[in-house]
Amino acid sequence: MSISPNRKFKYVFAAWWLAWAMMHYSVLLNYGLTPLQAFADSCISNILLAGCCLLIINNMRYYLPRQEKYWYVLAVSFGLASVWLITVRLLLWVIFRNTDVYLSMLSGSSTIRYGIAFLMLGCMATMSLLFFTQKEQKEMDARKMEAEKLAKEAELYKLRQQLQPHFLFNSLNSISALVGARPEQARKMIHQLSDFLRGTLKREEHQLVKLEEELQYLELYLEIEKVRFGHRLSTIIECSDNCKIMKLPSLLLQPIVENAIKFGLYDTTEDITIRITASGKDNYLQVNVENPFDPETSSPKKGTGFGLSSVQRRLYLLFARNDLLETKSENNLFTTIVKIPQPY
Amino acid sequence: MKALIIDDEPLARSIVKEYLQGYPQIELVQECCDGFEGVKAIQQHQPDIIFLDIQMPKINGFEMLELVDNPPATIFTTAFDEYAIKAFESHAVDYLLKPFSKERFDKAVQKCMGQANVMAQRNSMQTMLDAASHSPLQNQRIVVKIAGKIKIIPVEEIHYLEASDDYVKIHTKEGSYLKNKTMNYFEQTLDTALFTRTHRSYVVNVQQITRIEPYEKESYVVILKSGKQVPVSKAGYAKLKSVLGL
Repeated sequence: MSISPNRKFKYVFAAWWLAWAMMHYSVLLNYGLTPLQAFADSCISNILLAGCCLLIINNMRYYLPRQEKYWYVLAVSFGLASVWLITVRLLLWVIFRNTDVYLSMLSGSSTIRYGIAFLMLGCMATMSLLFFTQKEQKEMDARKMEAEKLAKEAELYKLRQQLQPHFLFNSLNSISALVGARPEQARKMIHQLSDFLRGTLKREEHQLVKLEEELQYLELYLEIEKVRFGHRLSTIIECSDNCKIMKLPSLLLQPIVENAIKFGLYDTTEDITIRITASGKDNYLQVNVENPFDPETSSPKKGTGFGLSSVQRRLYLLFARNDLLETKSENNLFTTIVKIPQPY
Repeated sequence: MKALIIDDEPLARSIVKEYLQGYPQIELVQECCDGFEGVKAIQQHQPDIIFLDIQMPKINGFEMLELVDNPPATIFTTAFDEYAIKAFESHAVDYLLKPFSKERFDKAVQKCMGQANVMAQRNSMQTMLDAASHSPLQNQRIVVKIAGKIKIIPVEEIHYLEASDDYVKIHTKEGSYLKNKTMNYFEQTLDTALFTRTHRSYVVNVQQITRIEPYEKESYVVILKSGKQVPVSKAGYAKLKSVLGL
């Protein structure tokens, strides 16, 4: 059977006080007091002193002094020892007020009693101060480790998201099919896929890029998707010259377009066109991404579901705003609208 | 032997076709690019073996199989789908993870051709479909067949479900449809915040409820927005109360 540290402490604490009280009792007997007097003296002094120690421990558990710790320990021991002595003397005087021999011993032994109590309380306070400081340190370390673990997990999750296993495996499968029949095209697709992956790896979350660059990167992605889905997928990109130099967080558009492609391709059985339009208005760069859907079988009314939540989160982290991403559905057309404040 | 390929990506179909050329005894009867075509082609050709992709337009591979009365031996082909892979792994149905090699393909086909016990495969397929239907996509909608046509019902549009012999009758605004599943199946797969089993034979969409009224001794009846009355048992009333927070 294992004993919890807390329980073990209780046993040691009780045993210590029992031994101490017995010693106290025997010393008083040697001084010639009656057993009753020695017993009452020992009990009252030591129960009260043990109580004071518990008080210190509990106090330290909830309040650890930050500065001037040792002065605090001294002050507490000094104060409590004084209060203790006064209480003990008062109680014993009340009980034995008619016994002169005892009372003279009591007043004669005040100094030594005070000294013992002061040392005892001081030790207790120092020990609990060290114990709780160490415990706090351990907890802080554990918290720090937990926080580091979380950060690492988030990082890994981000990497996984960037690598998009579904897209990657399907593209590799397409290449595998092309190798036999059209090796030239297979090679081209390998290059496109490599460029795309390199693009995802080298960019960073907080980096801002020109729309022009982001669109080039998007083209790579769209080319690969078009090989996969063949004639079913076509895209239109409209971008006026003035917004080509506007800036936006890197890799922001690709998940939005990917979402639109998935939504469009898997929600209808016809050929689909994804339209991407960029425009600049009142210090904002606005990009609309449109995809067709079937209003009878799906319910895009559920806000920004469909994998857009991570885009939303990212925009919030970058700009501290929740109103930069909107979606609307009209007739058979679902539109995702993203606005990026300009300039920085 | 007759084979069928169902996949929405043309290149993914072509690689299966290419690999199949090594099997003169297997005749490729048709290539389909979605589940609707797949259901039709299976009825028309009665193939012995199908190569089925999971992620496809409108209805996925699992939903398509639910609509086929006696599904043929199936080899699933998929790139990456956690739920699907979990569903496969726990059951003896073969699957190919894209991109797959000729060797891996051969192994799957040989296993399928040598499958002596067709009934055993069919049973494990059924349990697998049930496992797959716990995926987040599939509990958003129910796919049924009505008069040869395929109908997709988003779960929000269901008013209530009613047990009807070996089937479950799905009641919506437009009418009711039969689905070859059990009440327990729906009770387990549908979102419990939205659907409550109020009675041995009824599951109700709580958002459709307008009133709950006492009915005879110790039983109740809920009145839906459509005016329809659905019985509530004593146990069902307790469940309904906790869901509605009464």
